[in-house]
Amino acid sequence: MSFSWEFLLRGVLPPLLTAVPVTLALTLLSAFGSALLGVPLALGLGAAARWRRWPAEIYALLMRGTPMLVQIYMIYYGLGSLLPRAWMRHSWASPMLRDPFWYGLLALTLNETAYVAVILKSGLDAIPRGQREAASALGMSHMSTLTRILLPQALDAVFPMLANEFILLLKSTVLVSTITIFDVLGTANAIRFETLRVDEPLVGAALVYVVLVGTITWIFGPIERRLRRHL
Amino acid sequence: MSPGDAPLAGYGDQLIEGLLLTLEVSLCSYAIGSLFGLLGAAAKLARWRSVRYCAGLYTTLVRALPELLLVLLAFYLLAARVEQFGVVVSPFAVAVMALGFIQGAYITEVLRAAVLAIPRGQREAAEALNLRPLTYLCRVVAPQALRHALGGLGNIWLNATKDASLISVLGIFADVLKVSSLAAAATKRYVFFYAVAGACFLAITLVSMTLVERLRRHLGRAYLT
Repeated sequence: MSFSWEFLLRGVLPPLLTAVPVTLALTLLSAFGSALLGVPLALGLGAAARWRRWPAEIYALLMRGTPMLVQIYMIYYGLGSLLPRAWMRHSWASPMLRDPFWYGLLALTLNETAYVAVILKSGLDAIPRGQREAASALGMSHMSTLTRILLPQALDAVFPMLANEFILLLKSTVLVSTITIFDVLGTANAIRFETLRVDEPLVGAALVYVVLVGTITWIFGPIERRLRRHL
Repeated sequence: MSPGDAPLAGYGDQLIEGLLLTLEVSLCSYAIGSLFGLLGAAAKLARWRSVRYCAGLYTTLVRALPELLLVLLAFYLLAARVEQFGVVVSPFAVAVMALGFIQGAYITEVLRAAVLAIPRGQREAAEALNLRPLTYLCRVVAPQALRHALGGLGNIWLNATKDASLISVLGIFADVLKVSSLAAAATKRYVFFYAVAGACFLAITLVSMTLVERLRRHLGRAYLT
């Protein structure tokens, strides 16, 4: 069976392109979620009190020390036996629990949170201690110290690392294709099984991911340079 | 007590064999990745632009393509093509080569940065002392670069152990994750068996972290840090 450009262009790329929104939604939503959850976790990782630091460290170790695939399976197959069955069937969450998308999103978010938190912590560590002392001497609350002094500087410092992490996140979304989510790779696999043609779907998926990663790199480049202009 | 009542439901031996397979795949892919990484770093630091360009293409492509997709491409595209020419490659070799190819791109970047971190003056000093290029490479560059690269290489090793779990998707390897999935599906104890799989990977991670830390101290012993 020879490689058919015709099939790649007509039969493979159109369905793969309609699956791009799924991949992008998974990436963007889990990036947003992990940015929100990553801040408290980063603060926990940097906390002086053990009872706050240890839970954060254990969470980060569990998420970063085990493969994402195990976490996805754990949530997709295991969540059902942890949640009460009646609640799963009749509650606001029931429609979501029937759709693998939300399991994938949850797994991606929980995993990514740990990586984002470790990056944010390294940014927070780079801020001189005196700035916190100055903020508290001026009578700033913890919250406004965080949002107006610490986070802006930390984010500036770690932006390149976060941009890199965003690309890794986009790439790890393919793992949810194993729990019947039809993202770009999931769709490519479906075409593979339906048509019994292997080469074109996989090459098509590779093309789509290269273009996606290229686009993201192209978007982040100028932002990175803009942030670095005062350095 | 029948095997079905035991905590591991009779899957204990298979799990241990699976863990060994996962370790084998990790170690072999990392070894091949180191080879790719050495070649890649040498190519990136080469004098010829075309060679540097090829190495750049290699690292860019690997960083743009998802790992699972690369593994699938290796199995269904490359291995199938090679077999058309009558060369039979074992699935283990294909998996290890594919994962090694991925690790190699990241190792390339780490090694390149480590070599670039060595001050230029040392090269001039080596020339002034009339050291042969090979001696300069082995006695001056390698020991220092290794120390610079250790952190990055350690991280890539941790990724290599986790990426080894990708082969479970193919369905032809009984690695620790695949065995856990089978056991979980057979016994309906999903949380337990996936926790077992997670614990195996976590154990590998923790042992590796301890060893890397020891190695770091050993290599840094002359620097009093």
